[in-house]
Amino acid sequence: MNHPSLIEAVLVTVVLTNLQLLGSSRLKICIHMVGLQGIVAGLLPVLLDHEANPLRAWLLVVGSVAIKGIVFPKLLLRVLRDAGVCREVEPFVGYILSLLAAVSALMFSLWMGSTLVLPQAPVGTTLMAPVGFTTILVGLLVIITRRKAISQVIGYVVVENGIYIFGVALVGGVPMLVELGVLMDAFVAVFLMGIAVYKISREFDHIDVDRLNRMQG
Amino acid sequence: MIFLLFGCGWIVLCGFAALLPLLPSRWSGTIAVVGIVGGSMLGLPSAVSKVLGGTPELASMVWSIPGGTLSVALDALSGFFLVPIYLVCTLAAFYGLEYLRSSPRGNSLGVFWCSYNLLMVSMIVVILAKNGILFLLAWETMALTSFFLVTFENERPEVQAAGWIYLVATHLGTAFLLVLFLFLGEAAGSYDFDRFPPVVQFLPSGGLFLLALVGFGTKAGFVPFHVWLPEAHPAAPSHVSAVMSGLMIKTGIYGLVRIVTLLGPPSTWWGVLLVGLGVSSGILGVLFALAQHDLKRLLAYHSVENIGIILTGLGLGLLGLSLHLPALAALGFAGGLLHVLNHALFKSLLFLSAGAVAHATGTRELDQLGGLAKRMPVTCFFFLIGAAAISGLPPLNGFISEFLIYLGAFSTVTAHSALVALGPALVAVAGLALIGGFAAACFTKAFGIVFLGEPRDPHTPEGHEPGALMLVPMGILALSCVVIGIFPAGLLPAMETVVASFTLQTKDDLSVILQETVEPLLILSLAALLFLSLAGGFVVLRRRLLRRRPVEETVTWDCGYAQPTPRMQYTASSFAQPFVARFAIFLRTRHLGGLPKGFFPRMASLSTKTPDVFRQSLYAPLFLGIEKGLHYLQVLQRGRVQVYVLYIVLALVALLTWTRK
Repeated sequence: MNHPSLIEAVLVTVVLTNLQLLGSSRLKICIHMVGLQGIVAGLLPVLLDHEANPLRAWLLVVGSVAIKGIVFPKLLLRVLRDAGVCREVEPFVGYILSLLAAVSALMFSLWMGSTLVLPQAPVGTTLMAPVGFTTILVGLLVIITRRKAISQVIGYVVVENGIYIFGVALVGGVPMLVELGVLMDAFVAVFLMGIAVYKISREFDHIDVDRLNRMQG
Repeated sequence: MIFLLFGCGWIVLCGFAALLPLLPSRWSGTIAVVGIVGGSMLGLPSAVSKVLGGTPELASMVWSIPGGTLSVALDALSGFFLVPIYLVCTLAAFYGLEYLRSSPRGNSLGVFWCSYNLLMVSMIVVILAKNGILFLLAWETMALTSFFLVTFENERPEVQAAGWIYLVATHLGTAFLLVLFLFLGEAAGSYDFDRFPPVVQFLPSGGLFLLALVGFGTKAGFVPFHVWLPEAHPAAPSHVSAVMSGLMIKTGIYGLVRIVTLLGPPSTWWGVLLVGLGVSSGILGVLFALAQHDLKRLLAYHSVENIGIILTGLGLGLLGLSLHLPALAALGFAGGLLHVLNHALFKSLLFLSAGAVAHATGTRELDQLGGLAKRMPVTCFFFLIGAAAISGLPPLNGFISEFLIYLGAFSTVTAHSALVALGPALVAVAGLALIGGFAAACFTKAFGIVFLGEPRDPHTPEGHEPGALMLVPMGILALSCVVIGIFPAGLLPAMETVVASFTLQTKDDLSVILQETVEPLLILSLAALLFLSLAGGFVVLRRRLLRRRPVEETVTWDCGYAQPTPRMQYTASSFAQPFVARFAIFLRTRHLGGLPKGFFPRMASLSTKTPDVFRQSLYAPLFLGIEKGLHYLQVLQRGRVQVYVLYIVLALVALLTWTRK
């Protein structure tokens, strides 16, 4: 089942969650947005329907939705609760400015997607590669502009989502092994970061990355 | 050539075998030397046959590294550089067996010998390589292995400093070579030497020549790229100094000659520049040598001087090529290249004898030595031969190559050439004469202070003659210096082949030119034989006259004092003072202490120190400035993850935009 309209809906959702991520100061909302993004992005392989073996596509969907949509948010929410933070206070770059940056990232990606010569024509709609790239940029933007360690983790997951979308668009049905590998990497990374953030908050009474320079060499 | 390559493999194999764990450390040297001897026996015949006129051989193989083929070639020029490599490396290895026997660093001997064998093979590969990438690989292996050898006694801070200076210098030189090969390789689409075009886009061939000059010059060590030589040579064990000074710096000369032959017909200014650099390098090198108090440092500066002489010869040769003066070209190149061989022989002889002195007395400071001629007569004799050879005195080999260069320079006068050839030629003649005089003065100083007179320092060990493993290699080197000096005409056919192989002159033209030198060379041989027989006759006569008379031995020099002490002798500083004072403007010698003052003078002392002017006034401020400039870059180092991620994003976006332009 190839549903261009459904795919476009997914992509729009991803872009909207990106914007919401950057525009919101409540970390809880950010985590929910990341989870939502993970779920809709995870659906892409079945919507594209180019997999010879639908079972594999479904397996992939189930795996990535479970990890990105359920496990990650649970984990992050728990860290949030344990660390006792709920807001991103005083980010390096304000919310409005971040939103503007995200919009320019979207424009840059669209321009780039129109000119970029890919090794093979992207599957699905032409929007997939630009949206994937926007998501990568937004994830990096979150990492750059936010102060709390947990925001860094969120940015990391967003980058992973972007790579996923970009990869699906590019290679059409990423070889399952590769995607599972990336998923495992992300899972382990988020898991470790979750633990680290929790420990840091216990040790330093805060999780502000810019103040964590006591251990600098 | 297949034997030669097998020989290289065998040397490497034995080098790694010396590294084997659980091996008694005294065996590692033996294993390495077995490899070197085997490799030399396999390789030397083919190298010699090419010099004597064998047809060049080429071996080429496809390899997985992009940019051409794995190709090596053995022609007359390569063969000519290979012969001293095989000879001196083997002799120095035997010498090293005994020299390192008393070394306290038993465990690292395996590493030492492995590096030594690898250094030898990398030099051979540099000479053989016909592909830019293979050449650079071998070049870097050579730099690294020699760095390990220089820093063998790495617990001494001055050795560490010397090692770093050497490493930085050699890598800066390689950077220029890298640019050179990139230009040539990109223009040709392949890094094989045969395909290199003489003309490259964006850069005239003069630019390529300058790149090669700086890159190879750093290895060859002429002024102003010589700063690493006086640091690295004293720091290294003596047989390593012999190999580095006698052979490794010559790979720079080889590279320069090889690249120049690839760049098409030379411009006139190349030759003029080389002559200028050569003469100034020769004069400054010998002046700095005069002011030194450390025996091996002095020898290192003499390497700078001799590279200058070689460069002068090559410069005259290039001048002759560009102005179509066949006599100048032939004699300049023949003299310069012959000096490569000669310098390899007498400089390694000198370093090995200096090593024997340092080994026996534990010091290289001239002012702590003295009177060693009585305790180490054989070493003294060998050092004397080397000293006479390096000063360019007949009947030894150093004279022959300088004589050829002189003849070449004078040929411009007889040919009524234009000023552009005459000027450099006359500068070369005057420069060579000046260098020869200074070198003789400097070695009078070195030889006189070390071997003549009385011991200057009662704390210095008495000294003893080294064993056969050290003496025999020195003897062979001394003998070859004498043989080349007495029978130079025998080398002329070889020089014809070598020079003909890279200049476009035919062998017949060359032999006409070089045959003209046969007559004076034969007269020289006769004069030398006459001189030797006279000297021998006088020795016999003296023995006979003294036979029935009592012969009493006394102190060398008592100057009419009732109670002379060794402290009244000339020191290294006082001997060189007239020269050093006259050239103080270049040397910038620092005086510590001063003359005694007043009618009843108190204790006074004077010591002098001559640091390298180029290092002090050129490189030190330059590198300090660079370091200061780089401090501004620390603004970028914020120590925050976010900032680094930002840099990555900016770079990514910029690259994407740039490629989409």
